Amino acid sequence: MQSELSLLEQVKRQKIWDFPGGIHPPEQKSLSNELPIATMPLLKRYYVSVKQHIGSTDDVIVKVGDTVKTGQALTGANLTMTVPVHSPVSGKVSAIAPHVSAHPSAKPEMTVIIDADDVQQSVDPKPLSDWQNADKDTLIDQIKQMGISGMGGAGFPTHIKMHPKKDIDVLILNAVECEPYITADDTLMREHATDIVTGTKILQHIVNAKVVLIGIEDNKPEAIAAMKAATSQFDDIEVRVVPTKYPSGGEKQLIQVLTGLQVPSGGIPADLGIVMQNTGTAFAVKQAVIDGLPLTQRVVTITGERVNKAQNVWAKLGSPVSDLLEFAGFEPEQEQRVIMGGPMMGFAILDPSMPVVKTTNCILAPSSYKLPPQGEEQACIRCGLCADACPADLLPQQLQWFAKAKDHEKLEEYNLFDCIECGACAYVCPSQIPLVQYYRSSKAEIREAEQERIKSEKAKVRFEQRQARLEREKQERLEKHKAAAEKRAKAMEKDTGAKDKIAAALARAKAKKEQKSETVKDEVAQNTEASAQEPMSQKDKVAAALARAKAKKAAKAAEVAKEKDSSQATDAQDSASEASVSQKDKVAAAVARAKAKKAAKAAEEAKSNNTSPSSEERQEQTKEQSSKAAKPEISPEEQARKDKVAEAIARAKAKKAEKQAQDAQANLNDSGSDTASSSDAQEQQRSNADNSASTSDDNAEAKTPEQIRKEKVAAAIAKAKAKKAEGK
Amino acid sequence: MSLFSNIFKSSPHGAMGMTTNQVMRTVCYATIPGLLAQMYFFGWGTLIQLVLCIAVAVAAEALILSLREKKVRRTLSDGSAILTGLLLALSIPSLAPWWVSVIGVGFAIILVKQLYGGLGFNLFNPAMAGYVVLLISFPVAMTNWLPPQELMLNQMGFMDALYVVFTGFSVEGYSIEQLRTLVDGSTMATPLDHFKNAVGQQQTATEILNLPIYGEYGGMASQWINLGYLLGGIWLILKGVIRWHIPVGMLGALFACSFISIAVSPDMTYPPTMHLFTGAAMFGAFFIATDPVSASTTPKGRLIFGAMIGFLVFIIRHMGGYPDGVAFAVLLANMCVPLIDHYTQPRVYGHSRKQG
Repeated sequence: MQSELSLLEQVKRQKIWDFPGGIHPPEQKSLSNELPIATMPLLKRYYVSVKQHIGSTDDVIVKVGDTVKTGQALTGANLTMTVPVHSPVSGKVSAIAPHVSAHPSAKPEMTVIIDADDVQQSVDPKPLSDWQNADKDTLIDQIKQMGISGMGGAGFPTHIKMHPKKDIDVLILNAVECEPYITADDTLMREHATDIVTGTKILQHIVNAKVVLIGIEDNKPEAIAAMKAATSQFDDIEVRVVPTKYPSGGEKQLIQVLTGLQVPSGGIPADLGIVMQNTGTAFAVKQAVIDGLPLTQRVVTITGERVNKAQNVWAKLGSPVSDLLEFAGFEPEQEQRVIMGGPMMGFAILDPSMPVVKTTNCILAPSSYKLPPQGEEQACIRCGLCADACPADLLPQQLQWFAKAKDHEKLEEYNLFDCIECGACAYVCPSQIPLVQYYRSSKAEIREAEQERIKSEKAKVRFEQRQARLEREKQERLEKHKAAAEKRAKAMEKDTGAKDKIAAALARAKAKKEQKSETVKDEVAQNTEASAQEPMSQKDKVAAALARAKAKKAAKAAEVAKEKDSSQATDAQDSASEASVSQKDKVAAAVARAKAKKAAKAAEEAKSNNTSPSSEERQEQTKEQSSKAAKPEISPEEQARKDKVAEAIARAKAKKAEKQAQDAQANLNDSGSDTASSSDAQEQQRSNADNSASTSDDNAEAKTPEQIRKEKVAAAIAKAKAKKAEGK
Repeated sequence: MSLFSNIFKSSPHGAMGMTTNQVMRTVCYATIPGLLAQMYFFGWGTLIQLVLCIAVAVAAEALILSLREKKVRRTLSDGSAILTGLLLALSIPSLAPWWVSVIGVGFAIILVKQLYGGLGFNLFNPAMAGYVVLLISFPVAMTNWLPPQELMLNQMGFMDALYVVFTGFSVEGYSIEQLRTLVDGSTMATPLDHFKNAVGQQQTATEILNLPIYGEYGGMASQWINLGYLLGGIWLILKGVIRWHIPVGMLGALFACSFISIAVSPDMTYPPTMHLFTGAAMFGAFFIATDPVSASTTPKGRLIFGAMIGFLVFIIRHMGGYPDGVAFAVLLANMCVPLIDHYTQPRVYGHSRKQG
């Protein structure tokens, strides 16, 4: 079997293989390949599309009004799949705006519009003349920075292609140029064979290819001779002449012709150890590396029966098609078709201001006599001529039925995506069915549907994951609650053990009291509620509740007292002393009320707990409990301990507060101010004190000097009081 | 620049130039050698049938197209109706009554072709479907083949043929039965028909083939007619209008089967040459089975499709109730086309052989 030989063995067989199908349209090459490549005169205005390759584009780095020089980069190149575009002339950036793009749809794309000046300065070239010793990455970066992308077909960034994931054995230079009419590569090879070979050597150096094959169709004898002469000194470069048959210049077809191997479906040539580059690209690589010139011009064939002087020109990228046609003496006929690219795969230009881009190899203005337009579509007679012409061995007429029926499944089953859109099927179709058009739109539809499918798939996965997570969390919560309830029950059984711990904890807690009083207070509030639900004998509970209620109230009082104690802010002190006017009365009243309330509540809760609630209710309760608790992980033992600690702290505080309150009352006359009589007022006072403490600076500014003076006096008094109180 | 065409046309921007109309016309021209041979042996009746069938075909197609609100003139210009009429005319006995032709062509165009959706949509070969309907409905009229003119007792001219077709009697008042009388007074049977009957009467092949209705290779007249169609068919292949697969498949299978059968029982069966040069073998192989619409579309499928027809023709000729079987074989093979196409998809570029 042929395919069992390795690539290099296949190549060494010196054989030219054939590919199935293919057609022989009239070549029409002699129209344009007789004259040398001409240079276009300088135009007034150039339309440099920002995107001239496949991949992403970076930002435009010039501004409207900037003066640019020939070769100056107009866009950045910081992304991987990006190559910059460069100014083809020196001049002024007159606009950066959407302009008709060199695309079948003529969709406006961001374009830098440059008005050429008379000076025509260039940026200094940055050659890498010692390329044999330069490392791979430097060369690849140079190629990228010089804006080189594939100049034969799709415009794939060259630096990406030069970074294959597999080892490359063979570099193929595609000089086939199988489309009728086009002679850009042909004339370039005739005139610049040595440069092309040098560029090829650079490419070979980068990918480390062992063998270079240059494939040229046998209808270009001059180019073949020139390339053979230029490669004669290299042993590892071979010119292979291939029979003229469209589309032998297709990447996959040329690989089959030169190696007898087929690129796996969905794969790339690198999978076989092959990299293919176009002639024009090789030339541009030579210019970029050795001359340091960015890609700003290319050879374009201006041809067709409707131009007087069909020829190849060096056209600066961004030149409008209309200027090129004018240069070649365009004489349009009625309903003139102008095609960018060749007759087989090019597209009709609807707007003559469409600019030349890196992939533009031909501007074709054919006569409708020589290149008759396709007639109206007729019914498919299933003659199978298309299948015979297909270079990929597809069944175009079957695909056509499925495309019309929008049967995407069948289309993929019949390998629609292996279609290279060469147009051979439509060319031979007696019913003039625009087959390629059907395939293109079907491909677009399938891709769109695929995108939709992926999107909805993702959404579905997201939804399912969310559902699973919610379910999992619910389960975990239930488990946790169950475990917590069991632990609590156990903890109550070994209550005595807990008591010892509590004693120890009490000592520790006391030490921490000063810094922790704030947080402890919160926990007290929560834990008193939480612990109230624990199963205890009713009596115990009531007692505990009473104690807790006391503690709470006391804690509040302690808070106030503490502030008075520790706060250095004069305002705080002031208000605290004010607050303490009727503190004792109030505290006493409030404590009494709270005690009653808490006791009642505790009694109620204890009762409800005693009536052995169902497990569900229990879970519900524990749930509530945990949601109230700041730290739901706290074990019941710890809770109990904390409760006790809090109680102790509160008691201590309460004592202190009472003492202070007494002191404060003693000094009642001095402070001489009324305070609110409700117990809420106490709270208010406290918060006021907080506020004023934190904003004392602001307040100080707002206050009149007199007030400040008064306050100072008051502060002094308060300080003195505080000292006194401390002393006692 | 305003002269730029603003009609969007996808690539490619050119066509080979052979349109459907040209394809159909080329096929029509290719029948000329066979047609001339048929006229030489069977007289003017062939030409009368031809004109009649084509006229009916075009009229029927126009009628249905206008009922279907299609572009009548444009669709008619594809030439497929003319070809269907022509092929059916060449299949019908030259002196078949006019209404037989009308019914056959009408059925072929209206029911088999247009009711399935017109050109490109018909499952069956219209000409053969029409022929089979006639053969089953009017077996007598459809088997009244004239003997070759040099064997006829009563010679007849153009007016005779015209009269017979439209009235059933010649200018001199001979009925079709009388016209079919041979010089020796026996009634004409077609070579294939006669062979079948004679074998049934315990005659050996050698005895039978000595009769004057048999020529050197096949039927005395039909060997020449088949040769004419062979020439036309080869020309079609050279012109690239039909591919070699179907004719080669069909004739190859027919030859192979007859070769085996003659080796097994030489006295009971036709020699291979007679299979190939009698009846509708060549006509069927090059002009009927190759109808692209109802035939298989893959290269391998075409070979299988052709071989299937050849095999069925052999079976029907030897074991069936009819002397020839091309029409039945083609229709049966048409039914298998979707299946054949499904299993014979070529291996697409870049796919492993197993998937192919």
